[in-house]
Amino acid sequence: MRVTLFATCIVDMFQSDVGIATVELLERLGCDIVFPTGQVCCGQPAYNSGYVEDAKKAMKKMIATFEDAEVIVTPSGSCATMFKDYQHVFQDDPVWRPRAERLAEKTYELTEFIVDVLKIEDVGAKLEGIATYHPSCHMTRLLGVKDAPMKLLSHVKGLEMQPLPNAQNCCGFGGTFSVKMGNISEQMVDEKVDSVTETKASYLIGADGGCLMNIGGRMQRRGKPVKVMHIAEVLNSR
Amino acid sequence: MAMKIGNEKFKDNVNKQMEDTFMRGAVAGAQERLRTRRLDAAEELGNWEEWRSHGEEIRQHTLDHLDYYLQELSENLQKRGGHVFFAATAEEANDYVKGIVKEKRAKKILKAKSMVTEEIGLNGVLEQEGCDVIETDLGEYILQLDDHDPPSHIVTPALHKNKEQIKDVFTEKLDYKLTSKPEELALHAREKLRQEFLQADIGITGCNFAIAESGSVGLVTNEGNAGMVSDLPDTQICVMGMERIVPTFEEFEVLVGLLTRSAVGQKLTSYITALTGPRTAEEADGPSEFHLVIVDNGRSGILGTEFQSVLQCIRCAACINVCPVYRHIGGHSYNSIYPGPIGAVLTPLLGGYDDFKELPYASTLCAACTDACPVKIPLHQLLHRHRQVIVEREGRAPISEKMAMKAFGIGASSNPLYAAGSKMASSVMKPFTKDETISKGPGPLKAWTEIRDFPAPNKERFRDWFKQHEKESGKL
Repeated sequence: MRVTLFATCIVDMFQSDVGIATVELLERLGCDIVFPTGQVCCGQPAYNSGYVEDAKKAMKKMIATFEDAEVIVTPSGSCATMFKDYQHVFQDDPVWRPRAERLAEKTYELTEFIVDVLKIEDVGAKLEGIATYHPSCHMTRLLGVKDAPMKLLSHVKGLEMQPLPNAQNCCGFGGTFSVKMGNISEQMVDEKVDSVTETKASYLIGADGGCLMNIGGRMQRRGKPVKVMHIAEVLNSR
Repeated sequence: MAMKIGNEKFKDNVNKQMEDTFMRGAVAGAQERLRTRRLDAAEELGNWEEWRSHGEEIRQHTLDHLDYYLQELSENLQKRGGHVFFAATAEEANDYVKGIVKEKRAKKILKAKSMVTEEIGLNGVLEQEGCDVIETDLGEYILQLDDHDPPSHIVTPALHKNKEQIKDVFTEKLDYKLTSKPEELALHAREKLRQEFLQADIGITGCNFAIAESGSVGLVTNEGNAGMVSDLPDTQICVMGMERIVPTFEEFEVLVGLLTRSAVGQKLTSYITALTGPRTAEEADGPSEFHLVIVDNGRSGILGTEFQSVLQCIRCAACINVCPVYRHIGGHSYNSIYPGPIGAVLTPLLGGYDDFKELPYASTLCAACTDACPVKIPLHQLLHRHRQVIVEREGRAPISEKMAMKAFGIGASSNPLYAAGSKMASSVMKPFTKDETISKGPGPLKAWTEIRDFPAPNKERFRDWFKQHEKESGKL
């Protein structure tokens, strides 16, 4: 299957390992990957801060860039949600709304794509150790992708999954919230780090780069020896 | 005290409240209990999503035809001998109640829990008139005794206090001599309140839902205090927010079921009371005079706008009980009697952006609130909409942020600019980087790195790797 990759700006600039793992994994599962170089940021940082008109510039660019794709896959629940939300952002725009609707229809988050479209739950991955999974907010609550990551992780050989206490609580990232309301964000991420520590896991797994950057950054600052892995990296481990 | 409970800045409030480790422990514990109870109650009922949609539909329908149902309510209550007053503002509502108090020469006024009377600051107004106003909901009673400590939660107003603190309040104000055992404290309050009930001149309640078809006011309590407040005094006043209405008892049943399950995880509360006008000639008890005060106070200004759905709220606090921000900052940080996500949406609408423009930003937009709401108010979207209004319509954003976002719009929509920026990132950040980590960042990164490390930008961007990868696999 021909898959057009929406890497996300975080992966492009800060987490190329996640992008590489995504490409290798999907290729191993029989996909042919295309990466349109016109892709930028999905616009979420500006959009969530209330700068809808500024964000629309990035959104239009993305809609045009991915127009010819058959299937769009992204290793981020939050950015996939943003793509799907474009149709609401442009709801009063007769030109861009239909284009945004078509974009939404063919956009998938990575684990959702593997489980629901490729119909694969065992990707043949292997990783020894104890891990816990942080279900990111936009992916679970807005995109509605809850079970796919757990299904995939349950088939990773050697991996023992421990439930994360208060998993449903946000990690405190929230884009610009993390710096605008830094003191509140700190308390939220600290509670998340404490929950991760409580599981005695060696790996913290997530499916959103922003959340992982937040929790990982705080764990590193607090000297916690937990390795943060994007689910694409786990599923690409052999 | 009215809706606004303090003059401090949001940031200062937050810093102060976050020091209160007891409050934070109490809030976290309560959130866990209430969240679990709500989920269990929803599961036990079954088809929760269908019930939510039904609740949403009822609320939307009522709001879309609010004028019709308010008129029906008003006519039906008047037929039963009740008086109805429409108050456009808090002041009008307070003046009306004050007028009744003067006419009756009332001295002692008993109240059941009501958020709208908190919102309009009724107690303070009546106290200025020389009345003895007594709250009869246990939580509100404790707060009132404690020199009018404001509520920190809309269902469990004294959530921020522990039993030791309550014992101290009782000892000081009620000459209490027993221990901090909750049973002993509650019994003492009960004995005190019983005496008060018998001497009251006027009873004031709020309204969970008024029922248009019969002209009734529906009240939901666990302590039975609303029944006492409405049965014993000879004059009865109900104060309701103008949106708190349902067409018939059929919808009342649906919404009460959603309310009690979402608020406290109960199928029903211990008491559900419907008050329908003064006592008739055949009835032995109830008030001889019944007044309904319907309060607008900014609500009709929300109708028909993009924020209308906030008026669907049934005040269950489910959103507050799951909010990860409320969890750490508590109710008093919001500076409003309406805290949490619902407060962050409603307070700026009723009280304006001058005092409350920070509130819509006190959220990660994690949508836990939207998910929990039994009448499907898209709370996180409304918070986002506030931000958009603040930035784009009101132009209240800081200039530095405006410039940054403008640059974002230009940079993110232009390939050469985006490519150059992302390519340069690694070398620009090099002086701040050690072991692939930035622990003290410049500019906008400063706030981030005060709390957490930041990863150094990749030396090779993903897109560069991909290009190479395509070459190697013979695609290019």
